[in-house]
Amino acid sequence: MNAHVKTPVASVSERIARAAAVAARYADDVDQKGRFPAEAMQALKDERLMGVQIPVELGGEDTPIAEIAELCSILGQACGSTAMIFAMHHIKLSSLVEHGMGAEWHRGFMRRIADEQLLLGSATTEGGIGGNLRNSICAIEVEGDICRLEKEATVISYGVQSDAILITSRAHKDAASSDQVMTVFLKDQYTLEKTHGWDTLGMRGTCSEGFLFKGEAPAEQIIPEPFAEIAAHSMLAMAHLLWSALWYGIAVDAVHRAQAFVRAAARKSPGQTPPGALRLAEISGKLQMIKTDIIHGVRQYEEIRRNPESLTMGFLIAMNNTKLSTSTAIIDIVGQTLLINGIMGFKNDTPFSVGRHLRDAYSAQLQISNERILMNQSTMLLVNKQDMSLLG
Amino acid sequence: MNETIRNLLAKVGGLPVAADGLADEADLYAAGLSSFASVQLMLGLEEAFDIEFPDSLLNRKSFASIAAIEKTVATILSSQKAA
Repeated sequence: MNAHVKTPVASVSERIARAAAVAARYADDVDQKGRFPAEAMQALKDERLMGVQIPVELGGEDTPIAEIAELCSILGQACGSTAMIFAMHHIKLSSLVEHGMGAEWHRGFMRRIADEQLLLGSATTEGGIGGNLRNSICAIEVEGDICRLEKEATVISYGVQSDAILITSRAHKDAASSDQVMTVFLKDQYTLEKTHGWDTLGMRGTCSEGFLFKGEAPAEQIIPEPFAEIAAHSMLAMAHLLWSALWYGIAVDAVHRAQAFVRAAARKSPGQTPPGALRLAEISGKLQMIKTDIIHGVRQYEEIRRNPESLTMGFLIAMNNTKLSTSTAIIDIVGQTLLINGIMGFKNDTPFSVGRHLRDAYSAQLQISNERILMNQSTMLLVNKQDMSLLG
Repeated sequence: MNETIRNLLAKVGGLPVAADGLADEADLYAAGLSSFASVQLMLGLEEAFDIEFPDSLLNRKSFASIAAIEKTVATILSSQKAA
């Protein structure tokens, strides 16, 4: 079956550089029109980067999480929406890699993802539960070998363009709202009836529209492990780390533009420190802090992957903290680059423009609301003891 | 201990089913124990048994069933006695 799969000869870093160049070329058009970044996503497929996380035995490249985070950061520097779509795809893929290796159907599906470079979408949000993805109203119905699901999915990012959707629901009709499963539905196994549009301040290319989802598929496509385990063991960490990585990428590109602006000013008036130079020095430190935090988070998660038994509340708190601080810091950092670049940054058509960066950055605090995460943090901190070590 | 745990579960567990009807081995998360409620349960246990949960035991497994909670509390009680 895999005989015709071409094994990429170029390194992952060469391939992502080519795909990111395409993403950068179309980023402003994607943003202005609020359209799907079709060219960049095609480039990512052509470079065979959709399946790199999958184990080699199933046709992937076993790329470590740290490298996937780097890919997200590189794309974030080019086009925030493309980076977010790529990150969300790999977050969904991690649920299969971490929790589907024991199930024959899911192994076969991973082979297909690597082979056909399929794009995975996600439907965890539902009308009536707010953004709390650990609760569902809808329930999957299993009848013999078939499962059926209808969900008022108020947000399915790039739902129309997805090749398959991983969707959460209650495990059965009598299940408690937190007793959930996640099921894979292939494109020809569901219909989407659009209910909400996506005309937004930023991240305009993710096309995170709302739909009434109706699907029917073989019941073996339900991921055997409870969604609670998937959320705690891989999804929460992967989401916070990959999102943070791409948000860092957005901030890095804005800082890069601000530095170019300051350097140009410095060259024009030798001997004088340009007015923006001090601010640049300040945000350089802030950028370093979030970078360090993300790298540390990735290492912690890699440790959990090696040793799942070591997962504790302290780990979940740490992942949440990385999300909270990155999503807050980038708004500050990108905001400062606007002050540095002045009117040249405010305009949308200069090499120093940072408007798109700033608007994209504002989505970070809302994508899983920081308010909700802070509530969860404050609850967990009632019992979790502060880690007092520096290195641990 | 089993009765104390069941009383706490009934008080703060927020389960859609009666805690009395649950078997010792029943999966509490499947029964609807939310993460918020599980923290309230931990706080209640700390108060009732005068213990503190170390971070290494603050995981889903420790609170997966009434039997698991009993085991977790017993582990902490015996280590506190030893100390």
